[in-house]
Amino acid sequence: MIGLSDLTVVLGGHTVLYDVSLAAGPGELVALCGPNGAGKSTLLRALAGLLPDTPTRDPRRVAWLEQGARSTWGLTVEQVATLGRIPHRDRAAAPVTRALQVCGIDMLRSARVDRISGGEARRAMLARAFATEPDVFLLDEPTADLDPAASHAIMRLLRTTADIGRTVIVVLHAIELALRYAHRIVVLRNGRVVADLPPDQVLPAAAAVFGLPIGIDPSPRLLPPC
Amino acid sequence: MIRWLVMLLAVLIPISLLTGDATLALPDNLIFWQLRVPRTMLGLLIGGGLGLSGAVLQGALRNPLADPGLLGITGSAGLGAVIAFYWGFAAEFPPTLLAGGLMGAGIGAAFLLAFAGRAPSGPSLILAGVAVSAIASALLALALALAPNPFALTEITYWLMGGLADRPLSQVEMAGPVILLGGVILLKLGRGLDALSLGEDAARSLGIPVAATLRMAAIGTTCAAGAGAAVAGSIGFIGLVVPHLLRPWVGERPGALLPAAALAGGALLLAADILVRLAPLMLPLSTAPPVGVLTALLGAPFLVAIARRSVP
Repeated sequence: MIGLSDLTVVLGGHTVLYDVSLAAGPGELVALCGPNGAGKSTLLRALAGLLPDTPTRDPRRVAWLEQGARSTWGLTVEQVATLGRIPHRDRAAAPVTRALQVCGIDMLRSARVDRISGGEARRAMLARAFATEPDVFLLDEPTADLDPAASHAIMRLLRTTADIGRTVIVVLHAIELALRYAHRIVVLRNGRVVADLPPDQVLPAAAAVFGLPIGIDPSPRLLPPC
Repeated sequence: MIRWLVMLLAVLIPISLLTGDATLALPDNLIFWQLRVPRTMLGLLIGGGLGLSGAVLQGALRNPLADPGLLGITGSAGLGAVIAFYWGFAAEFPPTLLAGGLMGAGIGAAFLLAFAGRAPSGPSLILAGVAVSAIASALLALALALAPNPFALTEITYWLMGGLADRPLSQVEMAGPVILLGGVILLKLGRGLDALSLGEDAARSLGIPVAATLRMAAIGTTCAAGAGAAVAGSIGFIGLVVPHLLRPWVGERPGALLPAAALAGGALLLAADILVRLAPLMLPLSTAPPVGVLTALLGAPFLVAIARRSVP
């Protein structure tokens, strides 16, 4: 269980979040959606306890992955995933290997993260979060650099992770991924939560926020893998 | 890698003990104990402190161009020592030179941490270092301009070039423990530096106290590199070059670099100091030049090579 209530965040004189409340429990995959600048990443940071006056979290229980996470140095994929063991103060090989396997990056474990593709590096960073074996995952745009097949693979992994009893809160720009995989979608606009609904009920609010029409697309398109 | 470095040191230490100014022979007892042993120990300690400080600072500040000079610690140590020179304390009682240098480094570090703010971050620490460095070099120039006599001026200038020659054993006894203390502080930062490779927020989310880690890096550098600068003046580029030399062999994980950087720094400075002592045999020089001149001559092109590789 992780959550915040009545949170207002002011950064550099700007109010970024107004009176936001959000809670998520075990078994839930919650997607945060909304236009750029709506406050999604700030809300995720607040949940992670990284903003002033937000409750600090036990790093063994809560893993946070920042948007566009990258490493300053040319660490190997395995070394990056092993950083996820820092909260446990060990370098246990088994959880690291499991994390590399579920993220589909095991075959590149001794490659340097600055010499593989952006999508592969993204999976290495995700493996770092899985290596911690936390109860709560806070992930900012984990599918950003991934091709469609890889995006669906990661979203299925996150859904499975939630279904075995973890809490997953994920910022997503691709609303169709949120609609397909999330249990709940939280729509933000200008720092306020305007909807917190299951996918089959959220579409009107999302359409209003993005200013886009709702349609049932009859044209040929790529379907997610079954 | 550690094993190779230890073997390298096992070769370099006897050579250093046998090498005098343009001579290579077993010296008599007095020279051996009063000159060669302190000089060799200082080379190992100061080089090790500089190499380790460089590796920690590059990791902590996530900047491949960071080195102990960048934080202004060596500059303020030099200033402190020059002030001790200036008022002539050092001539009457040699340990004041070292005490002045240490005090200068300490005051520099206090300013550094004050400038960097309550919760220092990498960029704020670099900015504070540049400020401390600028103040130290301005005051140093002032001290030189007001030097009481030409003799003092020559002494100060020569000292600032950085050298290991003619330092008595008492200076090793004073600076050694401080350098070792700094080394212990710095060697404990490996886990935090590893986490910092993902950025300060990510490190914080992994449970690393980032501000405290940066503060300990600054304090450890003050001891490990500042005490060295107080004894031997400014010996540049060791801290910058050593981590870069090691990365292809040890890998880029900052924590893994630390012990190797301490050993390699000691080996590099010792090797440079041996070369300097033998220089009059190979070059038309009347005396051995200060080792700081050689490290700067070899280090500066290296800096350019690094900068050109990272800036496309």
